[in-house]
Amino acid sequence: MAKRLSVLLLLIATAVTSSLAQGDWIRTGTGLGVEKVRLAAPDFKTTSGNSADLLKTFNETLWNDLDNAGIFEMVSKSFYPLAQPGQPNEVRLDAWANPPANAAMLAFGNLNVAGDDVNVLGWLYDVRNTGSPQVLGKQYREKATAENARLIAHRFADEIIFRLGGGITGIAESKIAFVSNRTGSKEVWMMDYDGAGQQRLTKDGSIALSPAFSPDGSRVAYVSFASGNADLAMYSLELGRRVAFPNLGGANTAPSWTPDSKLLFSSSMRSGDPEVFMAEASGSNPKRLTAYKGPDGQPSVNRKSGAQIAWVSGRTGLPQIYVMDADGANVQRITTEGYAVSPAWSPNGQLLAFSWIRHYGPGAPGGQDIYIMDTTSHQWVQLTHEGSNDFPSWSPDGRHIVFQSHRGGTDQIWTMLADGSKQHQLTSSGKNTQPTWSWK
Amino acid sequence: MKRTQKSSVVVAAALLAILLAGCAKKKPVATTPPPPPPAAPTASLSANPDAIEQGQSTTLTWKTDNATGVSIDAIGAVEPNGSRQVAPVQSTTYHLTAKGPGGTQEATARVTVAGRQAPPQISLTDEQMFAQSVKDVFFDYDAYDIRGDQQSALQSAAAFLKQHPTWRVTIEGHADERGSIEYNLTLGTNRAEAVKNVLVQQGVNPNNLRTVTFGKEKPFCNESNETCWQQNRRGHFVLNK
Repeated sequence: MAKRLSVLLLLIATAVTSSLAQGDWIRTGTGLGVEKVRLAAPDFKTTSGNSADLLKTFNETLWNDLDNAGIFEMVSKSFYPLAQPGQPNEVRLDAWANPPANAAMLAFGNLNVAGDDVNVLGWLYDVRNTGSPQVLGKQYREKATAENARLIAHRFADEIIFRLGGGITGIAESKIAFVSNRTGSKEVWMMDYDGAGQQRLTKDGSIALSPAFSPDGSRVAYVSFASGNADLAMYSLELGRRVAFPNLGGANTAPSWTPDSKLLFSSSMRSGDPEVFMAEASGSNPKRLTAYKGPDGQPSVNRKSGAQIAWVSGRTGLPQIYVMDADGANVQRITTEGYAVSPAWSPNGQLLAFSWIRHYGPGAPGGQDIYIMDTTSHQWVQLTHEGSNDFPSWSPDGRHIVFQSHRGGTDQIWTMLADGSKQHQLTSSGKNTQPTWSWK
Repeated sequence: MKRTQKSSVVVAAALLAILLAGCAKKKPVATTPPPPPPAAPTASLSANPDAIEQGQSTTLTWKTDNATGVSIDAIGAVEPNGSRQVAPVQSTTYHLTAKGPGGTQEATARVTVAGRQAPPQISLTDEQMFAQSVKDVFFDYDAYDIRGDQQSALQSAAAFLKQHPTWRVTIEGHADERGSIEYNLTLGTNRAEAVKNVLVQQGVNPNNLRTVTFGKEKPFCNESNETCWQQNRRGHFVLNK
């Protein structure tokens, strides 16, 4: 394990030195070896007396967004100077640049409620650049609701992350779809990336499984048992309801999308044996890509190139992960032992996250954990070490992975940085499974 | 004094009119009377009959007024007025949403589906005979090949089904709680198909056999031990007739 990790670290180091432009994040998704920016983010101030609740929501959301971004070392609030700024003329740069704060960057501002609106002014300062410290100055105005306070905090956080994170767009406005049984039947739900705003999408009153956002974010493909059979189904986020999708016949499961909005799925429609199929987003022209006896399913297309498909096959016994070209050629086995399922390509198209019981059998050490593997070198890193973990899905920026974990005794949705750090739980009501992150 | 009161009433009435017209935003005062608000949609949905046996169908009929978009969950967008035959396999509440410029109206209709317990179409004797002769098939972990100890049960099932060539049967593939949701769905398909293949080889009409997979979604028991796991790794027969 330690040997493999060091090999991977060496690889990452090579990758970093050979690429000048962007940090290690975009190449590996792990951020190992990159120095994090020391960022101070004092609570925003207010002068209006009626904004305490919104201010609290805003400050918590902004801090969590920045803290979870994975590219900042947040300066502990106990090191902050006593006088904290709410606007530029209140900033004393040296107080932030010097010990104990030692900040490189300072995010600050104010939030006020005027009439029905909440007005937020936010700045980002480079505290060592005494000549012209301002990196960002933003103004936001929305109806004064808690939801909008969160939205503004997400947008300001994304601006900061974009400026300081190598030009990669932040994920604070991205969404996570998942399956929850909290209403008594398994339905597709959706939430913000930080777990806020959990809302039910489907109302089939049956078993819904396997949600997958379309690349443009307008639809969610899923599996519905409403007819008594496993059928592909489509939910329109624009119309707010299920829309028609043809019945393909046979059992159809595990839909996923290609970057050009075609559908991949597992289907038994022709041979009676589950094989990987590709069809138009409308469900028309289904085409078979695999032809082996045994279970073939859970296809995931390379999100960058669209040229390779990873999937799960039980052709040799326990399920293993395979990769093939998008036309079905060049089949290559990726895992060689244990029980490996749920492959998910990273946005940069170089890594697969997947779920693996590496040592399989009665009394074998270890559990079912999330791993990432470099598909070129086949080097891997284990990211979770507790409970049963499945269904990893990458954030649009490649810095985070959302997954399902049974570590607390029930299945819940968890999120972490792609190096395995900052693992925390996003759901708690009912059983929650099969999370999937939006493409943007 | 009186005059001031009167004029303030007039002003208040004018303001009220503006508000009623939906002019919360600042707009010039309109000289023509505002158009009446759009009529709210109405909707009704019924099922006839509203109680059926498994395998039978019923007719959903709906009527809406003042709606521009009408949809029924699990069916999708539909015409404003119409009817459709549906054959739910379990009791289902159909939910209609009619959207129009005047708002949204919902309507529901409940169809009760009698299960295997007492369907009049299948006599108790038939059911009992089926249950005695067509036994569920059990599988090893992560396997979908027919075990040696399950062969004789399948032979009796095949013989019985050949004696009843008009009976239709669904074979459900099930898996135990261990392993991935998705992989168990594909495994369930393979198990149901493996059972079907043996029956077809023995001469049962394939057109009478339907396969579905439930993976680990509909377990027969919920304990985390091998006894229960074995119960859940099965091909389960359901008589549709």
